[in-house]
Amino acid sequence: MKIDIKSEDGAAVAVLSGEIDHHNAKEIRRQLDKYIVTVQPKKLAIDFRNISFMDSSGIGLIIGRYKLIHECGGSLEVRNPQSYIRRVMKLSGIEKLVRITGDKC
Amino acid sequence: MEVINEIKFVMPSLSVNESTARAVVSSFLVQADPTVEELSDIRTAVSEAVTNSVVHGYRRGKGNIELTVKLLAGREIYIRIKDRGCGIADIKQAMEPLFTTAPEEERSGLGFSVMESFTDKLTVKSALGKGTTVVMRKRLGNHGS
Repeated sequence: MKIDIKSEDGAAVAVLSGEIDHHNAKEIRRQLDKYIVTVQPKKLAIDFRNISFMDSSGIGLIIGRYKLIHECGGSLEVRNPQSYIRRVMKLSGIEKLVRITGDKC
Repeated sequence: MEVINEIKFVMPSLSVNESTARAVVSSFLVQADPTVEELSDIRTAVSEAVTNSVVHGYRRGKGNIELTVKLLAGREIYIRIKDRGCGIADIKQAMEPLFTTAPEEERSGLGFSVMESFTDKLTVKSALGKGTTVVMRKRLGNHGS
């Protein structure tokens, strides 16, 4: 699991690579929360282009970060989920909370 | 049910084994030549069931999780995930979307909804103090033959 965060003009993009399940969601959560609390970006986009697997643990991860960034006065966006990851997102209804963008959206 | 091939795999309830279970199922299913989508559905459903055993079934300690996968006649996949953990008090409630007993761990309460949506049939049997058995079935298409 790898997280690469780039920031520009108060907006940040976190590119995640690997698989998101209950086991490794903890580490992603830890790293993203540290960044959100320290930097307090106005906008954070989590890019899923390099995520090869995600179960409902990823939904908990997104909702948790959505809550935290809103508390810090920012907004969250999800980018480029693969079609089969998008299906899990759709099932959860998370699109009502978080904007999802990408070629397949 | 006519069984063409089957495996049984036992693992301790360590969270790292959520990906182990997915890898085992993926390897076994190669012989059935599923589509990327079918394989993804099954891997996701298995991951949810194993995670439930790790997070909820054995929340008070560790134990074993048994994974059984069968390839049945007619290209049907049978998957059983069994634990001997604490069991579920109210299965109907546990299967309601967004219901979770572990919100502090950011569990979304969607595990059973995903299993139900990504397979053809889901059966859950549980007894308090004895454990939980999840059985899922999914028929693969005949795309390759």
